[in-house]
Amino acid sequence: MKYVEEFRDAEKAKILVQEIDKLVAEIDIAKERPISIMEVCGGHTHSIFRYGLEGMLPKEIELVHGPGCPVCVLPMGRVDDCVAIAERPEVIFTTFGDAMRVPGSKKSLLQAKADGADVRMVYSPMDALALAKKNPDREVVFFAIGFETTIPSTALTILQAKADGVENFSVFCNHITIVPTIKAILDSPDLQLDGFLGPGHVSMVIGTAPYEFISQHYKRPMVVAGFEPLDVLQSIWMVLKQIKEGRAEIENQYARIVSDAGNSPALTALSEVYELREFFEWRGLGSIDHSGVRIRDAYSVFDAETRFAMPNIKIADPKSCQCGEVLKGVIKPWQCKVFGSACTPEMPLGALMVSSEGACAAYYQYGGVKKREAVS
Amino acid sequence: MNVMPMPRKRSFGHISVPKVTLAHGGGGKAMKDLIDDVFVSAFDNAALAPLEDQARFDLSDLARYGDRLAFTTDSFVVDPLFFPGGDIGKLAVCGTVNDLAVGGAQPLYLSCAAIVEEGVEVDLLRRIALSMAMTARAAGVEIVTGDTKVVQKGACDKVFLTTTGIGVIRTGIVLGADRARPGDVVLVNGVLGDHGAAILGARGDMALDSPIVSDCAPLNDLIDVLIAAAPGTRAIRDATRGGVATVLNEIAQASGAAIDIDERATPLREEVRGFCEILGLDPLYLANEGKIVVIVPPEEADGALSAMRTHPLGAAAAAIGEIRSGEPGRVTMRTVFGGNRIVDMLVGEQLPRIC
Repeated sequence: MKYVEEFRDAEKAKILVQEIDKLVAEIDIAKERPISIMEVCGGHTHSIFRYGLEGMLPKEIELVHGPGCPVCVLPMGRVDDCVAIAERPEVIFTTFGDAMRVPGSKKSLLQAKADGADVRMVYSPMDALALAKKNPDREVVFFAIGFETTIPSTALTILQAKADGVENFSVFCNHITIVPTIKAILDSPDLQLDGFLGPGHVSMVIGTAPYEFISQHYKRPMVVAGFEPLDVLQSIWMVLKQIKEGRAEIENQYARIVSDAGNSPALTALSEVYELREFFEWRGLGSIDHSGVRIRDAYSVFDAETRFAMPNIKIADPKSCQCGEVLKGVIKPWQCKVFGSACTPEMPLGALMVSSEGACAAYYQYGGVKKREAVS
Repeated sequence: MNVMPMPRKRSFGHISVPKVTLAHGGGGKAMKDLIDDVFVSAFDNAALAPLEDQARFDLSDLARYGDRLAFTTDSFVVDPLFFPGGDIGKLAVCGTVNDLAVGGAQPLYLSCAAIVEEGVEVDLLRRIALSMAMTARAAGVEIVTGDTKVVQKGACDKVFLTTTGIGVIRTGIVLGADRARPGDVVLVNGVLGDHGAAILGARGDMALDSPIVSDCAPLNDLIDVLIAAAPGTRAIRDATRGGVATVLNEIAQASGAAIDIDERATPLREEVRGFCEILGLDPLYLANEGKIVVIVPPEEADGALSAMRTHPLGAAAAAIGEIRSGEPGRVTMRTVFGGNRIVDMLVGEQLPRIC
């Protein structure tokens, strides 16, 4: 496959790993403790496991799998709200595939579907809008999740619905934004991170400027990274090089996609339709100021939160869950008390076990259980 | 779809109503006419002809093929009923023929039970029955008994089929997943994931113009060729639902061995790879309907591979890995990138990733 194969070249990988080894040998702190690098985005977590990258890196590098899996950070109360909307007889509830299994306090959307709710998997919000046009006697609700990567597409869908005069379509907005969350993680007292891999697809929309505070205020290097395995290795090499040279800068490895200024039509659509919420609840991380968006009043007819009554009850994460500590990189997935016992992909307690981008599910599926035995 | 030839013989009781109604399930004349028109005329064979409540076989005839009976059943509920490369009828025959053949059996006789939703067009049933008949003929099996039920609208999705099959296992051939031993070689007979990708593409949900065609095919002839070349073959499994990854896990668990495969050696059609890239799916978990995983002892691996490659359904056969003495039940894969990862069982259905 063109433009893909080139970024999966095993020979180039070998050379990069050798270069990474060399750099690590020259970094002093690596002699005392592992160098911690957080990949913020779930897409990176997926690539790391899919291609077995952790096993290729020297043991002095510790990858911390961050909060960038939108399915994983969705709090239970919001899933309960989804189920409440989906169970209304007039509603066709549409969602991305991997959100179906996220546990609510009583059930997941998959279970609600089995109980008779009309829940349908779609691949884009435009599919949901098309469904609304086809079913004028039903209320079609789109379950919008994701970071800046998916926000513009729901914004454009709402603009399209308005232009087409579609009245039976609404969006249950759970969009979140990454920058305040990175800041919250950096402010966390129990944290020790030496650098970041920045989210490539989010940055394609927002550009690289919003990350400047990471280098300027927190003095940590960040490299905006692509998602192919060579992208990830090269970005790790770039972070290490900064650490070795005592630099803390925002660098862009994914320049073939990401421009420093971002994508202005996408940003225009985004701010036309959405505004920041005061705060938003994240599973495992708690409430984070300005970390979510809501639909502006001008478009409130398309807002499922105003159209439908919903429980809107905050549900605390299960006590035994340590998703938050895993998300912040304080513990590794296999160090969680319930990993692989009370919490498995079949019966997830915490959301990190749900999506294949979640750190726990990835460890469990691609090699976690054994590692856990080795460590504990 | 190719135009199906209409039945030449036994078109008695040809019915003129265009759609199936509950009357066709009532046990009376309407039902008999429907069965005669649609199924009996298509399946036409000596064992079916008397239309008794059961088909009857001479034991001495069966014994000519081997010394043990193989018996299997499978249900088919595919949506859409017709897809590139096949339809529910072809699938129902191939599925059961293959389940018999992978046990080392010569598939001989099939049953066909159909559950039909009222309102389904009779012509649609005719097309399905003819497809079953053609596939059975190609596979060298006969459909000798059957049943038809009609249910109210909404009680099933158009047509559900169940086929049950009888075959006879060749004397001296013993195949089983528990027989895999360290050092054995893992083979597949061609490109993986075509059926799963074809079905997903044919549903049309993702607005992808997909040229992928299902690999649905009866594999008994290929398996004959394989076993003749490699009589020491340890195990054969057809990699249907859950794909090759699931079958490998089953073999690893049953044999208590580890399996190591090489991603670079797994044959994949370029279109299927692209399809999986776009949707965030793993082709190792996509269903196949014409692919087998074969475990052979190392000394027979080359012979098995070249024999399969002489057959049209094995032209792209490949050795993808080997059985190891590592952690029991563990399947690992060396990735294209040179890393290693675990290939686990799927928890539920494979769901596309959000981004």
